[in-house]
Amino acid sequence: MNAPTKIPVASRRDFLAGSGLVIGLALPMGKAAAKAAPGGEVTPFAPNAFVRIASDNTVTVIVKHVEFGQGPATGLSTIVADELDADWDQMRIAFAPANDPLYKNLAFGTMGTGGSTAMSNSWMQMRNAGASARAMLVAAAAKTWGVPAAEVKVAKGVVSHGAKKASFGELAATAATMPVPEKPTLKTPAQWTLIGRDTPKLDSLVKTNGTAQFTMDVQRPGMVVSVIEHAPAFGGTVAKVDDAAALAIPGVVAVKTIPQGVVVYAKDTFAAMKGRAALKVDWDLSKAETRSTDTMVKQYVAAAATPGVECEAEGNVATALAAAAKRIEATYVFPFLAHAPMETMDAVIEPRAGGADFYAGSQFQVGDTTAVSKVLGVPFDGMTLHEQYAGGSFGRRATPDMGNAVEAAMATKAFGGTTPVKHIWTRENDIRGGRYRPLIVHTIKGGVDAKGKIVGLDAVVAGQSFMRGTGFFNPSAKFDEAMVEGLTGSAYAFPAIRVGANELKNGVPTLWWRSVGNTHTAYVMETFLDRLFELGKQDPITGRIAIMKDDRAKAVLKRVAELAGGLSAKSGRARGVAFHKSFGSYVAQIAEVSVGADKLPRVHKVWAAVDCGVPINPNVIRAQIEGGVGFGLGHALYAEITLGEGGVVQQSNFDTYRSLRMGEMPAVEVAIINSTANPTGIGEPGLPPIAPALANAWRKLTGKVVTRLPFAHSENA
Amino acid sequence: MATEFTLNGAAARFDGDPDTPLLWVLRDHLQLTGTKYGCGIAQCGACTVHLDGKNRRACVTPIASVAGRSVTTIEGATGKTAEAVKAAWVAIDVPQCGFCQSGQVMSAIGLLAAKPSPTDADIDHGMAGNICRCATYVRIRQAIKDAAQNVKASVETAA
Repeated sequence: MNAPTKIPVASRRDFLAGSGLVIGLALPMGKAAAKAAPGGEVTPFAPNAFVRIASDNTVTVIVKHVEFGQGPATGLSTIVADELDADWDQMRIAFAPANDPLYKNLAFGTMGTGGSTAMSNSWMQMRNAGASARAMLVAAAAKTWGVPAAEVKVAKGVVSHGAKKASFGELAATAATMPVPEKPTLKTPAQWTLIGRDTPKLDSLVKTNGTAQFTMDVQRPGMVVSVIEHAPAFGGTVAKVDDAAALAIPGVVAVKTIPQGVVVYAKDTFAAMKGRAALKVDWDLSKAETRSTDTMVKQYVAAAATPGVECEAEGNVATALAAAAKRIEATYVFPFLAHAPMETMDAVIEPRAGGADFYAGSQFQVGDTTAVSKVLGVPFDGMTLHEQYAGGSFGRRATPDMGNAVEAAMATKAFGGTTPVKHIWTRENDIRGGRYRPLIVHTIKGGVDAKGKIVGLDAVVAGQSFMRGTGFFNPSAKFDEAMVEGLTGSAYAFPAIRVGANELKNGVPTLWWRSVGNTHTAYVMETFLDRLFELGKQDPITGRIAIMKDDRAKAVLKRVAELAGGLSAKSGRARGVAFHKSFGSYVAQIAEVSVGADKLPRVHKVWAAVDCGVPINPNVIRAQIEGGVGFGLGHALYAEITLGEGGVVQQSNFDTYRSLRMGEMPAVEVAIINSTANPTGIGEPGLPPIAPALANAWRKLTGKVVTRLPFAHSENA
Repeated sequence: MATEFTLNGAAARFDGDPDTPLLWVLRDHLQLTGTKYGCGIAQCGACTVHLDGKNRRACVTPIASVAGRSVTTIEGATGKTAEAVKAAWVAIDVPQCGFCQSGQVMSAIGLLAAKPSPTDADIDHGMAGNICRCATYVRIRQAIKDAAQNVKASVETAA
């Protein structure tokens, strides 16, 4: 790939100082410029809050989503630049302020990034933003040159009429006086010049040379650094603190107790860490979760043996299975998993009279900013969010209770509420800090008839709901869809299916983790189907295609089979296939596996086919499939969080919570279906198929059925 | 007692606790924030710098131990190999979240300095200490190979 010049993020000053075209006017605090629709709701498209064109000819896209690697900054810019007919080299990005009327995720109703919705919720919004800016530039050129607007052309950032030419920057001031079109004309797919083509990412240079600024890099005058000691078991509280030794360490300036734990403040990070190590804390664990993982698993397995709340039912599964020629059943155990993004949780809060500056890679920008304002007791309007690049999340930075922001704000307030505080979690805080992918147990029964056809599936999920009780959960719902998604709404048609859910209480805080319920439902469905196909003497690919409900699902499975050249592998290796639809996107993968020197699977290559609707930026899509495969594989093979007796987490850092490393990463080849459907997710859908594809290959190679994750778990030895 | 050392080619000193890891001296005291904290126990490589030209995890390197020695960080990574690595990284869009990439780039430069034409096994070994939670490993591997090619090509052109 031949990369054009890479460009940095435009600074705030760049476009606030300029006299250019700021569509949407006095952003970022331009609530007054937003046009209210009937009912008081502000329409998202008027004014256009997303495009700024400066007199220096740069086009800045205001990015309403957090950028933690899944590429929305580049993706949103691709859409705008295409409708605008901008040159890719003139594109810049800036992160949006905390402002729901202008920047809410249209799928959530508040600013936020998750559920692989960045492209799908923004697709029409960004097209309109680019197209309306283009129409205003065209109008400006027509007025300046005295020619009909219909005769003005725009291509690669140049506006022209015959021999007359002007840059966006030259026209910006005039364009700003043109009326904002009510309904700008959008391009037809045939007119797209960037969408569907490989476009370089806008943030690669700054993320290569060390200049990209993350929250942890923020320095403010007079700032102190704080670290926290959490209770050794979830739900524990501080009983007594002896901070004498901590306070004696040079650089340590204070020790305070907040509901989340004991905070040590220091002039630098190392002194704060040293101070924390010197704390003597007595904890009250009377209300803590003290069960071990082993105890929990036994209780969950028992629960999964009961029918649970019915989530989906088709036909009569009991009758169907009773009549089956052959039946199998299985119980699966999935561990707690930490997200462990490379940048641990952090925030910088700088209080000032009537408000505060809040620096964070926030995943719920308005929710987090509101939470900080409430803790500090200042009005939301006095808050300024300085959104930073975030060093990964995989779901971790979005907590329904805004827990990360709340803890940082409480630490800031406890110090006095006038000093800037950088509050950071160490890796140990992160690995032992909860908010895990929940522990989940499945039981599943299935059978085939005399002809080998699958007659039905009876599936039960036992686990804990992290949605119930949050603002994201409908309190009248009988079950938590995030526990069973993927088994419910499956891409396959079965003569009979029943999906049940047993919700269990657990004091370990849990959270969505990249691809959420699909992390375990895809594994159960796809490994169990593979066994049923074997039982019914059916091919894993044609067998799946025969029961798929929709042509897009069939197409990706066929495509991946073509790409890999089928499921045959050379001696000593085996290939497994899996398919899963999640977040509206269809992904099929084939994994080629051998037995590694450590007796664990060694995955050599993964072929993937994906249909995520219009492929806005194939370069980003491939990256997300590669990353989803690596993230999914590393956890399937090596990772689990376990609690010992007393509820103490037994892992603490990357030495005990094992991550995938270079030599364990397979080659990945990706085929993207040239779809015309509206864009759907890509940050998560690449993950669910890899673990079952691996397991299916492993079973073929070794005969071993792995139902206890990860593969490295001692029960699988 | 102050620790004096060379940082990115210039004289540097630190007057605080001699136990302070180089990582926190760079980040908190010298405002060089390209070097990242990821684990603090030399498990992830996000803090990789060059100490006298060799890869070193700054999070477990007490500042006292670098007295009189030469430290290079991502901000000071220059020269033919460093430029080739960074160009290769950008050309194929290696970074996702980007947080580990300073360390990946520094490790890759160190690897190529020792092995100008690394095999896949050399890359597996040389980069084993650098975790990328986004799993950008496919592109890291490719970028290292591209950079090696480009360095070789430029040497041949110059010869």
